[in-house]
Amino acid sequence: MADSVTIRVDGREIRAGSDTTVAVALINAGVWTFRTSVTGEPRGPVCGMGVCFECRVAIDGVEHVRACMEPVRDGMEIDTGG
Amino acid sequence: MAEVFDVAVVGAGPAGVAAACRVAERGARVALVDEGFRPGGQIYRHREGRAPAAIGEWMARLARLKVDVIHRTAVHDALRLDGKFQLRAESVHLEARKIVLATGARELLLPFPGWTLPNVFSAGGLQALVKSGLEVAGKPVVIGGSGPLLLPVAATLAKAGAKVELVCEQARRASLARALPWLARSPRKLAEALSYQAAFGPSRYRTSTWISEAIGTDRLEAVVTNSARRVSCDFAGVSFGLVPNVELAVLLGCELRDGFVVVDRRQQSTVPGVFVAGEPCGIAGVDGALGQGLVAGDAACRDVTVTADVEAARGWYEYKPPPLLRSFALRHEVLELARADTVVCRCEDVRLSRFDPEWSAREAKLATRASMGPCQGRICGPALDAILGYGADCVRCPAKPATFESLLIPEDRK
Repeated sequence: MADSVTIRVDGREIRAGSDTTVAVALINAGVWTFRTSVTGEPRGPVCGMGVCFECRVAIDGVEHVRACMEPVRDGMEIDTGG
Repeated sequence: MAEVFDVAVVGAGPAGVAAACRVAERGARVALVDEGFRPGGQIYRHREGRAPAAIGEWMARLARLKVDVIHRTAVHDALRLDGKFQLRAESVHLEARKIVLATGARELLLPFPGWTLPNVFSAGGLQALVKSGLEVAGKPVVIGGSGPLLLPVAATLAKAGAKVELVCEQARRASLARALPWLARSPRKLAEALSYQAAFGPSRYRTSTWISEAIGTDRLEAVVTNSARRVSCDFAGVSFGLVPNVELAVLLGCELRDGFVVVDRRQQSTVPGVFVAGEPCGIAGVDGALGQGLVAGDAACRDVTVTADVEAARGWYEYKPPPLLRSFALRHEVLELARADTVVCRCEDVRLSRFDPEWSAREAKLATRASMGPCQGRICGPALDAILGYGADCVRCPAKPATFESLLIPEDRK
């Protein structure tokens, strides 16, 4: 893939298409749990359009970023808390 | 304070893009504010350089015109101030003489056991992810819920190479058949429905069928249908209809009827200067949204008469739900899928057993924190209304999560 970027998810490097979202990049790489709910359940994206807030991750140290609304950028550091 | 726009449009889906283009073509100063990083909204969601023709034409028209497109910006308050309107978002406060709200719709999600497992999406959510590059080739998927949306979603999945195992429509076949005379009068809609079905295989579409449970430990592994059929799948997309996004309209004081914003022939709400186009004033699909957007754009320009061609593009002005939607009325069984320990409010993990059927939405919120999380009740609110009849709670600023600093008026910021 010429048009791909490298991002790090919980310390692991993954490749992703440059024109996609963090949510898509994570699921394509086999990361399904994006956050842990207030009672400890694994959660991932649901609405894909920024409404449900289930896909919140920390990106480059910023907490509560909706992965489905965030385009991937080379060198991004993503933390799912996992 | 920055410049005052003639018109500010909220939402860059088909209705908002059409409205913004029309305003710019009339020579007025227009801002188009959207949460996404690229215009298009949901129906016109696309990847760079890979847009189908209809989308590409609108995107090219928008790019050609002088429209200030403000991406990645969630408006959390809308108010009247000194004869103008102000839209407040995290990084920007915009002033405009007229407002067009084209805030679209979200999906109705109903709780069922296992619906919180990762890889169980809303139907439109799964479609959105596929449009953004989710790899589904060769993977088994199940679509479920209710409504016309399930068809294009299943078709998108099939075209992306997914194995669409089952499309579960809760409505009875007889109920859907009642929409046939209406569909027969709209040959284009009928052809559309048939082409979607052809894409994923008509035999996969089952009426009177619903997902009663999603199974898996840390992610979806299978679903079980109401006929106790277990279907292994990697992804599921489940939703039960559309819910209009009327929060900003409510904040501005626009009158609603049956949950939709009341508009006149010029798409003007009951608040002069606030125009509304697309799903917030009635679920009418992409053609309705584009037509209403053009009318709203014209009408929002000072001293401009809405032209006949634009009026014709919209087709009607008083919204009545198409008979098609009545055919998808929800059966009581799908309103009773959640068990006592099923999470209903996903933000605060409030389970069904915590809710008293006698409560209002407000009482439920105060007693359980349901709808006090970051989605602000956008998901559990309509679900609680559907399953327990709670009604809608009021809307308050901030209508989207915001930092304290962004709530300060600019003069008070450091």
